[in-house]
Amino acid sequence: MALDKNGIAQRIAQEVQYGFYVNLGIGIPTLVANFVQDGLEVEFQSENGILGMGPFPFEGEEDADLINAGKQTITALPGASFFDSSMSFGMIRGKHVDLTILGAMEVAENGDIANWKIPGKMVKGMGGAMDLVASAENIIVAMQHTNRAGKSKLLKRCSLPITGVNCVKKIVTDLACLEISNEGFVLLERAPGVSIETIKAATEGNLIIPTTVPEMQL
Amino acid sequence: MITKNVSNVAKALEGVSSNMTLMLGGFGLCGIPENSIAELVRLNISEIICISNNAGVDDFGLGLLLQKKQIKKMISSYVGENAEFERQMLSGELEVELIPQGTLAERCRSAQMGIPAFYTPAGYGTEVSKGKEVRDFEGKPHLLEHAFKADFSLIKAWKGDTAGNLVFKGTARNFNAPMAGAANICVAEVEELVPVGKLDPNQIHIPGIFIDRIFQGKNYEKRIEQRTLTQK
Repeated sequence: MALDKNGIAQRIAQEVQYGFYVNLGIGIPTLVANFVQDGLEVEFQSENGILGMGPFPFEGEEDADLINAGKQTITALPGASFFDSSMSFGMIRGKHVDLTILGAMEVAENGDIANWKIPGKMVKGMGGAMDLVASAENIIVAMQHTNRAGKSKLLKRCSLPITGVNCVKKIVTDLACLEISNEGFVLLERAPGVSIETIKAATEGNLIIPTTVPEMQL
Repeated sequence: MITKNVSNVAKALEGVSSNMTLMLGGFGLCGIPENSIAELVRLNISEIICISNNAGVDDFGLGLLLQKKQIKKMISSYVGENAEFERQMLSGELEVELIPQGTLAERCRSAQMGIPAFYTPAGYGTEVSKGKEVRDFEGKPHLLEHAFKADFSLIKAWKGDTAGNLVFKGTARNFNAPMAGAANICVAEVEELVPVGKLDPNQIHIPGIFIDRIFQGKNYEKRIEQRTLTQK
């Protein structure tokens, strides 16, 4: 069965390691925080100026001066710090942030990513996405394998304006976990109960299928 | 101490006029200079070029200036929360330059710090790189980006003293800090203006040297865009 959003987040959470500073994008990536192993020492960064971001506040404790990059009210954990936008992107550009998890509209087999603009339709802006993908060394994309029309989002080349070149390392979709190699998408794991044929049919870009492709362990 | 405080927002914004380039602090509605924005509406100046990470929402923040069509051009990184903005942009009434958020912040900071330009990898290979100098450093392509030039920067802090020293709260520091002293004249509004000596010099986020005018703001709404809660 294909994974739901929480399933995707749960699989990505397995990539979060001890001592990581992690930047979570808006949407499915935000959910990853809910699945990180208890007791694992990690800190979440939000590019609007906080390290040590905690869960949403209880009712009555929300603070207009304490939000994440999605403009949602959040809390600060003990040991958190606040800083300005310039320093925040210094952390990102300077590669102090260990892992970036973000959503995408399209990923190409060479690691290009498109997630900020649909010409003539949606022009909201790139926010911090271009800075993140240009500098992060470890980028995981969380997305659906196909779009609402059923078309593959894992392509030979992006059709939408790109956010960054050759930057995506790993992708977790509702169907599979894949890695970007020089030759294309390497199928690492299948979502529980999803066949290789289903994944193949949903992938437009070059798909490399190793002899064994285990199911995800969730 | 050099006294920077003025009695009200009208005095603080003296000299602001149509066709100027203005920097405005804040991220979403967090930390926006509410009093200065209200004064820009009252002054009814037009053809403004705004440098601001976001464009407010339809009925608050920079959305108030958009409603009255006072803005000629927006320089931002993300404008998704404002339907009127999207309408004016798609219809061509409003000129828009979208730039990566880190580049936006650094172009402010460069203006503040007297650095004319810098290289960054953000946007390389995308439409952002159009017309920009590309240079490789350690095998990685970077774009040359320039410091902003602006007439006024309008920022907001939590506390400030009459010498212009500022302290921010939470994530409201965002673009307010790098915009301090990044324009010809920097105006800071604060929730609490205190006499000199009341702020601990160890805890100052922005020293008063970057600030030209400071005033006590009033009637802060401090709206929340996305009220997200954990259920008890």
